[in-house]
Amino acid sequence: MQLLQNAGQKQTQTKEQVRRIINEYMGRKLLLDKAHIEGIRYYDTYRKNGGYEAAGKVFKTMSPDLVVEEVKKSGLRGRGGAGFPTGMKWSFLAKPEGVPRYLVCNADESEPGTFKDRYLMEFLPHLLIEGLLIASYALGSHSTYIYIRGEYAWIPDILEEAIAEAKQNGWLGKNIQGTGFDLEIYVQRGAGAYICGEETALIESLEGKRGNPRIKPPFPAVKGLWQCPTVVNNVETLAAVVPIINIGGEEYAKIGIGKSTGTKLISACGNIKKPGVYEIDMTISVEEFIYSDEYCGGIPKGKRLKACIPGGSSVPILPANLLLKTAKGETRMMTYESLNDGGFATGSMMGSGGFVVLDEDQCVVRNTYTLARFYHHESCGQCSPCREGTGWMKRVLHNIEYGKGKMSDIDLLWDIQRKIEGNTICPLGDAAAWPVAAAIRHFRDEFEWHVKNPNAAQQRNFGIAHYADPLPVAAAAV
Amino acid sequence: MAEEKKLFKVKIDNISVEVEPGTTILNAARQIGGDIVPPAMCYYSKLQGSGGKCRTCLVKVTKGSEADPRPMPKLVASCRTTVMDGMEVANITSPEVQDARKGVVEFLLLNHPLDCPICDQAGECHLQDLGYEHGADGTRYEFKRRTFEQVDIGDNIKLHMTRCILCYRCVYTADQLTNNRVHGVLNRGEASEIGTYIQKALTSEFIGNVIDVCPVGALTDRTFRFKNRVWFLKPVDAHRNCDKCCGKTVLWMRGDEIFRVTARKDKYGEVEDFICDTCRFDTKEASAWTIEGPRKIDRHSVISQGHYVGTVKPKDTLVEVMDGRQPRLLMDIHSVSQVNRPEIDLSKIDGPAHSDDFNNAKR
Amino acid sequence: MFSEEKLNKVKEIIARYPEGKQKSALIPLLHLAQEEFGGWLSPETMDYVGSLLQITPIEVYEVATFYSMFNLKPVGKYLFEVCQTGPCMLNGSDQIIDYIKQKLKIGVGETTPDGLFTLKTVECLGACGYAPMMQLGKHFREHLTPEKVDAIIAECRSKANAN
Repeated sequence: MQLLQNAGQKQTQTKEQVRRIINEYMGRKLLLDKAHIEGIRYYDTYRKNGGYEAAGKVFKTMSPDLVVEEVKKSGLRGRGGAGFPTGMKWSFLAKPEGVPRYLVCNADESEPGTFKDRYLMEFLPHLLIEGLLIASYALGSHSTYIYIRGEYAWIPDILEEAIAEAKQNGWLGKNIQGTGFDLEIYVQRGAGAYICGEETALIESLEGKRGNPRIKPPFPAVKGLWQCPTVVNNVETLAAVVPIINIGGEEYAKIGIGKSTGTKLISACGNIKKPGVYEIDMTISVEEFIYSDEYCGGIPKGKRLKACIPGGSSVPILPANLLLKTAKGETRMMTYESLNDGGFATGSMMGSGGFVVLDEDQCVVRNTYTLARFYHHESCGQCSPCREGTGWMKRVLHNIEYGKGKMSDIDLLWDIQRKIEGNTICPLGDAAAWPVAAAIRHFRDEFEWHVKNPNAAQQRNFGIAHYADPLPVAAAAV
Repeated sequence: MAEEKKLFKVKIDNISVEVEPGTTILNAARQIGGDIVPPAMCYYSKLQGSGGKCRTCLVKVTKGSEADPRPMPKLVASCRTTVMDGMEVANITSPEVQDARKGVVEFLLLNHPLDCPICDQAGECHLQDLGYEHGADGTRYEFKRRTFEQVDIGDNIKLHMTRCILCYRCVYTADQLTNNRVHGVLNRGEASEIGTYIQKALTSEFIGNVIDVCPVGALTDRTFRFKNRVWFLKPVDAHRNCDKCCGKTVLWMRGDEIFRVTARKDKYGEVEDFICDTCRFDTKEASAWTIEGPRKIDRHSVISQGHYVGTVKPKDTLVEVMDGRQPRLLMDIHSVSQVNRPEIDLSKIDGPAHSDDFNNAKR
Repeated sequence: MFSEEKLNKVKEIIARYPEGKQKSALIPLLHLAQEEFGGWLSPETMDYVGSLLQITPIEVYEVATFYSMFNLKPVGKYLFEVCQTGPCMLNGSDQIIDYIKQKLKIGVGETTPDGLFTLKTVECLGACGYAPMMQLGKHFREHLTPEKVDAIIAECRSKANAN
């Protein structure tokens, strides 16, 4: 809802203003600017290249409240998917006397299409640790936990090494830099559960329980880890705190358009020439992002763009025409607001920044089926709509994909997803419902084609070449 | 300090009620009572932390509070959402809620075996009631249903996992009434099941209460298994001096025989007091109990469909016919059945009697 | 039973949490136990972990059965966990899975008779940009092709022979 309300505000800026901002900040990198430096993973190199200066500045000149203020000014929004303003989240943290407060870093990156946090932790561990240090200071957390998905089995070693280095150099432990502030950072591995990316499920898991999301309220800001006030932030969000302190919140807020401030990591994958993690300032168009050599580099083998999931698997898929231009005919930009322009009817979401591109040969039904299978596999099973509904959707989609579907199945799918969405404890239900809804909304004829041509649907699991024809051919690279 | 506690004014389906701060919407609705009370399959007021899972009690908050009148964007679980002053809630007056509830019932029944004809819970099953009230008359699910092997968890308790709706009540019961929980929720998602992982008996003085809290026939009493239909039994309030529990129970009897013992349940199916396993499983002689009188089983239960109200005692002549033995029948079938008509002489019908024989017979 | 060294590690892990919250160490300890005791968690192993943390066995079973990384049955020495979710599917993970099946002559979830390889399909491992991919031990093997799969299998075989 919040995203929808914000959607209108982009239009308040004139084209000239937008262009000026684009010119001024074009290609600015705040998180990955040093990623290419050899040895940046290690403390010495990181420090030599301006590392821990933000933390030093905070300890010397800023009170915790001032840090929160600065983050508020920056307009930073949660990079995990929901896009909630980080400064606001921090200011909600309850501060009762005598009760410890905790900061937890959500590194349970499991959304299909998203692998940006892994990149940050693998190549720039000290950036995350510096961000955690500043955030812990601002929030008053003395034990901070990084909850990392279990499959990233080698990354805890990297992080723990970096933590040890930071400790040796007086950035962690007791009485950090003579300020009297104590902090320990611990790395905890998950064990294979997408649901633990949901903050209350993550807290449950961190407490050594099943990853069942809690029923809210109470929110973690009041009763979180071990029933103490807790803030859970995404890796990228916490890393972004470092440049915010370095350049100042106001300066950070100047980057981007409208309420999409700063830079965002986009992990691009699927049918593109250059899959990988890209840092964008939120001023470029989707078309530029896909076709420019600086980013994805276009679609391989001269194929055409069919569709794209712009923000991780749970956000609605968009066909090429609606991806590049909004329903109003405006150029779609890589911003929270623009990607959401038109709501779910004709728009999508920025989500976690997992940008999945489908070329003309790909089959939307099969793609939707694999996603439905994913959500079925990852449902925690606590509440009935998600537990029962995700499996049902998977099976109906399986039938359609393998040539056993009926026309009525398409309406049935629509009805199932409608009854899951909004009726579950946590957003996994919505995340399972949206991709199915969007696929039927925009590609209904492809589902019907599968039903009408059961044999062809069985033989060709990898798309229907003729099907991409009606799609507009995107303009060549910018 | 004689400070008066401020009560919150809440309107549910246009009926106003004043409740204490901290009350949930569901409990506020129960204070009003009647049709506007949302059904609850997983919430159990006596079990801390229960609720929020089954989603049958979803309601629409049309006005958040006096201070912040914005409606809530999604339907909320009324069992876990506390009221605010001036809150307005729509349950049966909201088509959206009815539609969502219908969806939830469909989900709950998706993998349910619908084996009511052979289920001991039939007649007092909350899922049956929910299905009658909110369910569709068919299923749209065309796939193989999820099944599990039935297991005996202990001498007295049978687990039919296939019937389970994963309300977690039995887990909370074991956690909160016993000091050694050996069963729990295993696996994840659709494969979730109640189990012990390794075949183990549930042993505890109070573990039998899991049968009472189970809203469906997933956990049933093995000492009562297939013994009788609950609606053929006569429930009476009874008590005994018990050193472990309150000793206040309901005996389910036929004649002098006690078929089973349960705790006393209120109209929402919640026990008034938990009872111990000795009372429940091991005290089946009528002489051990002081019978207080018949118990009215409330709310949409088959048992309450009027059969026990105005029961006609068998005529004395029957005793004569039965050679002085007391009949086991407690009601006169003629007063409730269309089929049994004494004027039809069964001996004059060729072969087995057919309903036509009764329907075509002249009255 | 853990070795002295591992028991010290257990102590260190438990010390990360406030007093009385040692249950939080359950998942790290299960990881440790799985590595230590043959790549899977037997009921005895789980009971042992429970006793280290002073929690009931069912609390351990509940958690161990929830998370997909804990193997509750013995697995082969080399566990191939091939991702099959959306982005990997777009890049041909289905063919890779078929190729491994054919090459090792096992189905998904099965182990080769020599006990060397187990094939498991998993959902998104967060390497979508390097698809198709699989996890082998601690590390990811990315941009899989039939040739790479051959090489990986050969590598595992030679490692096993060397031991």
